[in-house]
Amino acid sequence: MHLAYPAVLAALLFCVGLYGVLARRNAILVLMSVELMLNAVNLNLVAFDVWLRDALHAGQALTLFTIAIAAAEIGIGLAIVLMVYRNRGTSDVDRLRDTAEPAESGATPESTDEKAEAAA
Amino acid sequence: MTTTTLAVLVPVLPFLGAAAGLAVGRAAPGFVRPLAVLPTLAAAVLAVLVAVRQGGNTVIEASTQLTPTGSVPITLGLHIDGFAALVAVLVGVVASCVQIYSTGYLREDPRYASYAALVSLFTAAMLLVVYSGDLMVLLVGWEIMGICSYFLVGHYWETPEARSASLKAFLVTKLGDVPFLFGLFALATDAGTFRIDGILSTVASGGLDHPTLVALLLLAGVAGKSAQFPLHTWLPDAMAGPTPVSALIHAATMVAAGIYFVARLLPVFAASAAAMTVLAVMAAITMVGSALAALAQDDIKRVLAYSTIGQLGYMAGALAVGDRGAAVFHLLSHAAFKALLFLAAGAVIHAAGTNSLTAMSRTGGLAKRIPDAYWTMTVALLALAAIPPFAGFFSKEAVLVAAEHTALGERTGIPAGAGWTVLVAGLLTALLTAAYALRLWLRAFRGRGPQAPDHGRQPIAMTSVLWVLAIPSLGFGLGAAYLDDWFDGEALTPTLTTAVLGTGLAVAGGAVTYAVWRTLAARAVPAVTPPHVAHPDAEAGLVEAEALHLPHPAEDPADPGRALLGPLHGPAADGFRLDALYAKAFVRPVLGAASLVRFLDREVVDTYVRGAAGTAKGLGWLVRRAQTGNVQTYLSALLAGSVVLAIAAVALANAFAGA
Amino acid sequence: MILAAPPTHPGFLSPTGVEIAFLLVGLVTLGAAVVSVTTKQLVHAALWLVVALGGLAVEYLLLTAEFIAWVQVLIYVGSVVVLLLFGLMLTKAPIGRSPDADSGNRPVALAVAAAAAAALVWVVWDAFRKTWIELDGPAQGSTDVTGETLFRHWVLPFEALSVLLLAALVGAIVLSRKKPEGERD
Repeated sequence: MHLAYPAVLAALLFCVGLYGVLARRNAILVLMSVELMLNAVNLNLVAFDVWLRDALHAGQALTLFTIAIAAAEIGIGLAIVLMVYRNRGTSDVDRLRDTAEPAESGATPESTDEKAEAAA
Repeated sequence: MTTTTLAVLVPVLPFLGAAAGLAVGRAAPGFVRPLAVLPTLAAAVLAVLVAVRQGGNTVIEASTQLTPTGSVPITLGLHIDGFAALVAVLVGVVASCVQIYSTGYLREDPRYASYAALVSLFTAAMLLVVYSGDLMVLLVGWEIMGICSYFLVGHYWETPEARSASLKAFLVTKLGDVPFLFGLFALATDAGTFRIDGILSTVASGGLDHPTLVALLLLAGVAGKSAQFPLHTWLPDAMAGPTPVSALIHAATMVAAGIYFVARLLPVFAASAAAMTVLAVMAAITMVGSALAALAQDDIKRVLAYSTIGQLGYMAGALAVGDRGAAVFHLLSHAAFKALLFLAAGAVIHAAGTNSLTAMSRTGGLAKRIPDAYWTMTVALLALAAIPPFAGFFSKEAVLVAAEHTALGERTGIPAGAGWTVLVAGLLTALLTAAYALRLWLRAFRGRGPQAPDHGRQPIAMTSVLWVLAIPSLGFGLGAAYLDDWFDGEALTPTLTTAVLGTGLAVAGGAVTYAVWRTLAARAVPAVTPPHVAHPDAEAGLVEAEALHLPHPAEDPADPGRALLGPLHGPAADGFRLDALYAKAFVRPVLGAASLVRFLDREVVDTYVRGAAGTAKGLGWLVRRAQTGNVQTYLSALLAGSVVLAIAAVALANAFAGA
Repeated sequence: MILAAPPTHPGFLSPTGVEIAFLLVGLVTLGAAVVSVTTKQLVHAALWLVVALGGLAVEYLLLTAEFIAWVQVLIYVGSVVVLLLFGLMLTKAPIGRSPDADSGNRPVALAVAAAAAAALVWVVWDAFRKTWIELDGPAQGSTDVTGETLFRHWVLPFEALSVLLLAALVGAIVLSRKKPEGERD
């Protein structure tokens, strides 16, 4: 089998997952997309392991580890999402904006003030 | 204890007193008075002991070097010759008197603690200047005196007069101190040391390369500190300080420091005939000009201030003719009677409720109210006018004799012209001095009009000090014969010619003034009494502070000074308009330059500063807009950047592989 | 690279049976993944994810990695997706079409993803278009082989991973535990 098939499939799956991470609003859907990305990597690992006929089967061992870590990640991630949901009543990532620069309205006149002063 | 230890203790004790006074002044007001008086008194006693042990003949030299200080070493050194010993005794005695007087004079003053501490600090600095054997250490004391003078002149800082006077005193003396510093450096570079004995031996061996330059630079500092023309203008204004301060700093000690400094380094100045001539001319102008100005003043303290300038001119004249014995002799006797005059003037102002001579001349019976001040002031004025046998007669004679010797060419190395200048100016000033001394006395104590109010007796602390100081004013001249050992071993006895000339002129001046006064007093109608202070029963310091505000009547027909001076009266009352000239020549250009700098700073430099801040702020505002708080946006930007980097890396790798 | 000698394998125009199967399953997987990240119905997204992950398991089988394929089915399809569905329910995700499933970041996401896909596919294709995987011979990923390598060469990472899982377990419990009334974190 051509190595290009699994490699290209993995790349495309990764990009689909990437799109999901960036475009989805619900945090759980974001987590799903992360799973897709991880699986794309797994496919790559397995394909290259098989192609290289590695004596230690490092690719497959790493795939197993990745799956285990992904399981842990999904557990912790869901716990976090649940807690955020309990505290905020939402799990939409684009509504959790506590780190945003506040008072956009206040910043603009002050800034123009400064400019006027600098010009004077 | 060795003499050296005693001598070290002399400046250290008042310094410790000042430090302790500043430290505990607020917390324990009960300790302030002992802390002010006792260290100064102890220093005075120790100074007497040092003077006795020193004996006038042997110079005590002791020095230690704390740390290496580059090419020219600076040492902590003592250099006590006869002059230093005597001047230290004088400083100690006058400072003790002033401290004791102040306990009565400023009894109720809320800032008495810091005042007393500053006076102690000043005393320590002056004693340091007197004893120091190293010019750098001397300069330290010199500058501490300057800053103490600044603070003490501004003691009544609530009044604008005191504020501007303190600034003026500081700036004008500083104007002289800068060339003084350069002069010290030049001198030390030429001599290779800051030690006085080292410098003197260098001068003796003719090793000084630029004597005129060094001497003229140093003279600038001396003129500033000792209020010699043309830097004398600060001293009359400095009378805005409390009277004891005027007595100590602006009459007896600090202003004498410049004279003392020249006396100490006289060989350096004598090495340059030009410098001696300059000094003689300076002294002559100062003497005559200040005596004329003193005759026209209305404020009693300003009369005394101009008289101080004139007497300092005498000392400078003595130095200009190369006789430091005469200079220091006059310094000592003048310090005694001028301190007495100021302290008595303080009592007079308190009793009269005004510092205006015109107002006093329209008040009767002032002499009866304050008999102590009256009698002691009479003694001091006689000493000032150089009437035998008072102290001033002998010391002034010593100056005139020295000038005569130089004028007749009996002294080598000093131009005869300098001698003639000093002699003529000195004789003329003797005449004027007697005139203004008598005018002061007549107008203060022989006034006619309503009786002066009775405030009861003055505090004993004030009156006793007056009598203590009256003793040297009366007898120092007679006793000086026993002090020859301390004055370079020279005899300071008067000679017949100058004695007759000087005394005759003084008597003539007095007689003319008295005649004019009698005529005017008979003719003039007593006009309205000028205003007095609102609270004449307050303690003396407060009365004086209030009196600073009183207006001085511009015209008084009964003033003998006015009749004597004629058309000169107006300019003389104004200090010959020197202040206006300085304002035009220096103050206005400086103000103009300052406003230019201000404009450049505000409008040009600040524009760049504001522009820099504005640019940074604008950039920050732009960047801040990117902070939406949406994690997905951040992640998108991050990944987009990664993709761009990856593509760039691959493209580059391909390009290089292809190449 | 030794195995990648050009004459020994056929071109893309004459695919083997395994390749055809891989291609078809791959298309299904990719399609399911695309639907999963674009659908408006949240629960459907999870179900389409099952299809995509299952398809990947088949791909593993086709690549002779049997053990991984079963682990994939067990863990991903069996537990992860179930967990995700629980999560959806616990956060009261709407059943049915929700018009706001995609955030406003979608155009940017599309652009970034498309650019990444183009770059990756170009690079991968450029690098591996002539590489051939020899699938004949003994299975590369049978349980036998995997178990042997895992417990002979990878024991230490394996054990470390168990500690990681334990930590994740404890963390998840602590995070999702309901606090008693009045206690705020």
